[in-house]
Amino acid sequence: MTHHQPAIETSPKVSDEIRKTTCYMCACRCGINVHMKDGKVAYIEGNRDHPVNKGVLCAKGSSGIMQVNAPSRLKNPMLRVGPRGSGEFKDISWEEALTIATDWMKPLRETAPEKLAFFTGRDQSQSFTGMWAQAYGTPNYAAHGGFCSVNMAAGGIYTMGGAFWEFGQPDWDRAKLFMIFGVAEDHDSNPIKMGIGRLKANGGKIYGVNPIRSGYNAVADEWVGITPGTDGLFILALVHELLKAGKVDLNYLAQFTNSPVLVNDDPKSDDYGLFLRNKSGKMQVIDRKTGKLAAFDKKGVKPDLAATHKVGKTPYRTVFQLMAEKYLSDDYSPDAVAERCGISAGRIRAIAADIARVAFDEAFELDIPWTDFRGDKHKTMQGRPVAFHSMRGISAHSNGFQTARALHMLQIILGSVEAPGGFRFKPPYPKPVEGHPKPHFGVTPGKPLNGPHLGYPQGPEDLGLKEDGTAVRIDKAFTWENPLSAHGLMHMVISNAHAGDPYKIDTLFMFMANMSWNSSMNASGVMDMLTDKDEDGEYVIPRIIYSDAYSSEMVAYADLILPDTTYLERHDCISLLDRPICEADAMADSIRWPVIEPDRDVRGFQSVLIDLGVRLGLPGFVDENGDAVYKDYADYIVNHQRRPGVGPLAGFRGKDGKDVGRGEPNPNQLQAYIDNGGFFESHIPQDASYFKPWNAAYQKWAVEVGLFDHEQPYLFSIYSEPLRKFQRAAEGIGEHQPPEHLREQLKVSMDPLPIWYAPNVEENEAGGEYTVTALTQRPMAMYHSWGTQNAWLRQLHGLNPLYVPTKIWEAQGFKDGDWAKVSSPHGSITVPVSHQAGLNDNTVWTWNAIGKRKGAWALDEGAPEATKGFLLNHIIHELLPGKGDGLRWNNSDPVTGQAAWFDLKVKIEKVAPPDEVQPNFPPIKSPVGKGPKNLAWKVGK
Amino acid sequence: MHPAPSVIFFTVFSGLGFGFLAWLGIGIPGPQGWDAFPYFFVAYLLAVGGLISSTFHLGNPKNALKAFTQWRTSWLSREAWMAVGTLSVMGIFAAANIFFKIQMPPLGWIGAIMALVTVYTTSMMYAQLKTVPRWNHWSTSALFILLALGGGAILAGDVFGTLVFLTLAFVVQMYVWIAGDQRFAARGHTLETATGLGTIGKVRLYEPPHTGTNYLLNEMVYVVARKHVLKLRLIALLMGYLLPLLLAGLSGRLFELQITALVSHIIGILTQRWLFFAEAEHVVGLYYDKR
Amino acid sequence: MTQLPQSTDKKLGLVIDLDTCVGCHACVISCKGWNTENYGAPLSDVDAYGADPHGTFLNRVHSFEVQPNAGGCSQTIHFPKSCLHCEDAPCVTVCPTGASYKRVEDGIVLVNEDDCIGCGLCAWACPYGARELDQLAGVMKKCTLCIDRIYNENLPEVDRIPSCVRTCPAGARHFGDFADPESNVSKLVAERGGIDLMPEQGTKPVNKYLPPRPKDTLEDVDASAPAMKPVADTPKGFLGWLDKALEAL
Repeated sequence: MTHHQPAIETSPKVSDEIRKTTCYMCACRCGINVHMKDGKVAYIEGNRDHPVNKGVLCAKGSSGIMQVNAPSRLKNPMLRVGPRGSGEFKDISWEEALTIATDWMKPLRETAPEKLAFFTGRDQSQSFTGMWAQAYGTPNYAAHGGFCSVNMAAGGIYTMGGAFWEFGQPDWDRAKLFMIFGVAEDHDSNPIKMGIGRLKANGGKIYGVNPIRSGYNAVADEWVGITPGTDGLFILALVHELLKAGKVDLNYLAQFTNSPVLVNDDPKSDDYGLFLRNKSGKMQVIDRKTGKLAAFDKKGVKPDLAATHKVGKTPYRTVFQLMAEKYLSDDYSPDAVAERCGISAGRIRAIAADIARVAFDEAFELDIPWTDFRGDKHKTMQGRPVAFHSMRGISAHSNGFQTARALHMLQIILGSVEAPGGFRFKPPYPKPVEGHPKPHFGVTPGKPLNGPHLGYPQGPEDLGLKEDGTAVRIDKAFTWENPLSAHGLMHMVISNAHAGDPYKIDTLFMFMANMSWNSSMNASGVMDMLTDKDEDGEYVIPRIIYSDAYSSEMVAYADLILPDTTYLERHDCISLLDRPICEADAMADSIRWPVIEPDRDVRGFQSVLIDLGVRLGLPGFVDENGDAVYKDYADYIVNHQRRPGVGPLAGFRGKDGKDVGRGEPNPNQLQAYIDNGGFFESHIPQDASYFKPWNAAYQKWAVEVGLFDHEQPYLFSIYSEPLRKFQRAAEGIGEHQPPEHLREQLKVSMDPLPIWYAPNVEENEAGGEYTVTALTQRPMAMYHSWGTQNAWLRQLHGLNPLYVPTKIWEAQGFKDGDWAKVSSPHGSITVPVSHQAGLNDNTVWTWNAIGKRKGAWALDEGAPEATKGFLLNHIIHELLPGKGDGLRWNNSDPVTGQAAWFDLKVKIEKVAPPDEVQPNFPPIKSPVGKGPKNLAWKVGK
Repeated sequence: MHPAPSVIFFTVFSGLGFGFLAWLGIGIPGPQGWDAFPYFFVAYLLAVGGLISSTFHLGNPKNALKAFTQWRTSWLSREAWMAVGTLSVMGIFAAANIFFKIQMPPLGWIGAIMALVTVYTTSMMYAQLKTVPRWNHWSTSALFILLALGGGAILAGDVFGTLVFLTLAFVVQMYVWIAGDQRFAARGHTLETATGLGTIGKVRLYEPPHTGTNYLLNEMVYVVARKHVLKLRLIALLMGYLLPLLLAGLSGRLFELQITALVSHIIGILTQRWLFFAEAEHVVGLYYDKR
Repeated sequence: MTQLPQSTDKKLGLVIDLDTCVGCHACVISCKGWNTENYGAPLSDVDAYGADPHGTFLNRVHSFEVQPNAGGCSQTIHFPKSCLHCEDAPCVTVCPTGASYKRVEDGIVLVNEDDCIGCGLCAWACPYGARELDQLAGVMKKCTLCIDRIYNENLPEVDRIPSCVRTCPAGARHFGDFADPESNVSKLVAERGGIDLMPEQGTKPVNKYLPPRPKDTLEDVDASAPAMKPVADTPKGFLGWLDKALEAL
């Protein structure tokens, strides 16, 4: 009999219209096509033309429709009526809300602007929020970098003028060996996944250095299951092996790094450890051709790595010799580090040999002539097909800054940074430390701050200290406790404000930072600090203003709520002034625009800030007549000029929209972006595409398009002179002196050459009972706390077991369904456990930010996120255990103040399963009610 | 497999009903005229009631009539046809007897065979499934048919039939349990074949695809504790088989203890059928490391 | 019609590369998005914000660990699973209504929801868990291989591929015609030794899985036989080497 089958419509209409904007389901900032039906969002897919994702889209991005319809969306401004933490609010109008906010903030500005602390969380508009804070005049502004990855950013900037994450990327098409250290699975997520796919298709090999074999490490050809916090030691052992075998790119080191620069080698000299400079301050090298001193950037100079020199009686030798002396030491031999790293010496030797083989035996040259900053011409571009990437696995330790530096040194000695096949910067990077602002601390009541809050100190004189030696900033950034805290210390704001150390504040103003839950160390402690009252019955932190789009845990702890829009209802710019979306081959930026209008009484936070700026009369927000300069954020994006001709968006500038980078504001700029798919891209000329820090063609192009105003070639700083200046101060030299109790810490941590030291906690707990490192990472399908309110994503990760390695699993006699008590010196939690074989023997871990407080995010109180999901945050303190000196020691990197989340050490005991995870907190009254029971979401007919 | 009440009631009662009809078709116990009404009424009540119960397992019962279309390939479709056919044939047979006292033994025999074929088609819905090795065997059908005949015999008050077919069913039941316990492993289905990763080594589930439940787990992955199984098997054996056999044996030719035997049998076979589903391991459970 | 066609003109299906899949669930959610809005009833979610959320998904990613027989450390493998569009699809023949069928032109196994009674037998017959009965609509849902995309003239030609393939960031999913030995998917299967899932079920799946390439093959290097020869034994010797090496530059 014949085969019957129904006729079906294989060409149904897909949508009425596609609106192209930028995703904000995480920080990756992919381009998306939003398919509209009847004016509603019907389907979201990746934008094929977009430089970041080239059409692909992750689970988060594809589920955006469930974020835009989430029942957790805040609906209107609210004023707290119940006690803090209760979740009891009354709805108020925007006029009331903005009046209250102005009434709170205006008197502070006139008298003591530092009493306003303005901290933004996962903010993608820091160049704007920073400008607002500067105009207000408070020194207390930062975003979330301090608890995220400042070690990685600062380690990179101080070493090579750029870092991983959005500042650079592997040369995916040419790399043959790729080594990835500790990357949270959601970081730079689509580009890394795409790159891994490409690298594998090209037959490349991947090394995953991570205690946990999941995600990227699951597809790695070689898994190096390192013990947390010892990455630096492993890296320095690789450096040891490579140096010992002479497998380093001497040519690259001599030309492009400060390894040939002469360093004062007289321990008795006040300038011991500082560079030899000529009268104009230029670093001096010995020219191998002449044997004489020469400036590092002299045309035709052949800097000598092996040189020694004397000025008078003062001996000088090159950085390279200091490196050789330090890293050839047996302290860094594979045998010396193997046990501590949890990697056998034989394996370390094999990995070093494999890296050397690929870097040097598989090296290639690109037939692209180029000219360097000295004016010397190169016929080809020397490729080194070894690329590295790293994120929080390195940076969230208290030795993370130096570990990041060590990794960059490894890349640099291989000659692979900015070389074909290696690691490449994305504009506006490379940019040397000197190309960044220094931090500013000049507070004058009623006036703006004297410059940008955040920056890169170059010596003790750049610290933010008052005459009495106390910190200018509430978070104690840029103090001797953590001198290079380039992103601030958001994790210390509430703790310090509560302790009145260095001073009390009046109003805490926060945006998109879930401080009373997953964005704080010591979440339970923070809840107490936020609700604590003084003897007068007033809250110790008197006023809290909070802006968020969703009913997060933090909402309940604020007094005034300014509801933000979702990402499809707003204007945004992903700006070159901020955290751009460039590719190594192109300058790019993008926008968000309201592809739908809000169905609630909410406003984009940045437009609200502009409104507040006008009400407060902030310079830059009002003109001389007191009238608003910008109508709203969209108006700011188009018309603001940071420097003449340079604004938030680089594309379609000038009256006719044809200028790139520099040009007058174009009133039709946003429409031009929309017409172009929501983004702008301009390709880097081919001869400028590699060796950017030294490539004259790149430097010229970068000035032309306004990335910077003058060419700024520089050498990579394997030896960091700014670090030496702080170390030198700790040794007692110079006018700026640290307090006695910090001298030893500074002497160790501010070593000008990359080093490894044991993380804080390990030292404190040596020989103690807390021997297992507890880590978190985010799954690829969730972003911080946001995924939980998403009906699709929460089915993927609705709870988070503690993953336990085989050794501990068996020792504790765990079975599926068991629970464990996990204790740190700070407290304990009781949580479900699960077995993972691909896990370092002394490590446990869980997915981050799955656990939720009952009543938050419009979820049912019985939601698995609240009954089985948990946070490790409760057992991580923002301070180290007391040392008996009465001082509050940060649980942070002593160089940058980066929150040392991953230093957490615990012990684990099997316990009888409780009804739900412990600790559990009373439910918050949901200010937005609960979500619907069932969903069958179809927009079209 | 999830032991859903709808399919348990369906298979138990339609099996009993069609089994009873088979006995009535061959003239046992052979009531005549209006005296036959209660017999046929009970048989139809069980058979039709069971069939109706099965519709509670349908997600979209409004299309139920379409289930008659695929008799060439689908055992469910064949079952639908056979049930309707049997009920029609036996309807004529019964009506002729009750209303007109006309006996049509050949039609009764045809109806009886059709009733057993109906039970066979029911059993084949399960026995055909390679995905459930415990069911995927001739013994599934054998047991269904023998139970229909044994239970039908109790309803028919036929002591001899009860003794013969319940004893045979008991023997097959023992085989079904013993052989069924081995079959999943014997078929060689493992997480290694399910994933194709066995060439590397031993496979275990590390993270399920979703942290919550889903249709597959609710419908096809039912884990029942071993000691629970033994207890229930004992209940099924005693109540479903041994006690009815004992009661039939103790009864005289008139099967004085018929009602007690029937109640015990039904309780026992409901238990047996619960186990039939609950113990049946679907290969999809491998992907969830749950069987 | 629940009789399987004797043969199909094309054999459209997917190749899933287990060497490359990072387990990101992008395919899962993209599929959910497209198929909620398109073919048939929306993929619903029960108790969406409650204590027991469970919805219909046509594609799910399992994560396994494999302890190699040859010793060494455990390997982690992310394993996406959706309908394999089997040549001998047992789900089709069990269907009582003809709602389930295998298309003669391309071999895609589909459910005609207008005919489905939601009896669940097809899901029972599938060894792979590829079919899920939607709890709100009461009809059987399964991967359609995005039949409303792959021939859709309203989409640009480059986008006429299943949504999961289009979205996969790592490029671990490939779509094509297995009947054509020259197709991308046929070549991948030939090159990489593509395999069937649960071949002993005799379903002859069209979709193939590419096994992970050998992992952790780097052999330890003994200190006594270094792969890299030291250039010198002493610091002084190192400087001597350096001088010579620089001279050679």
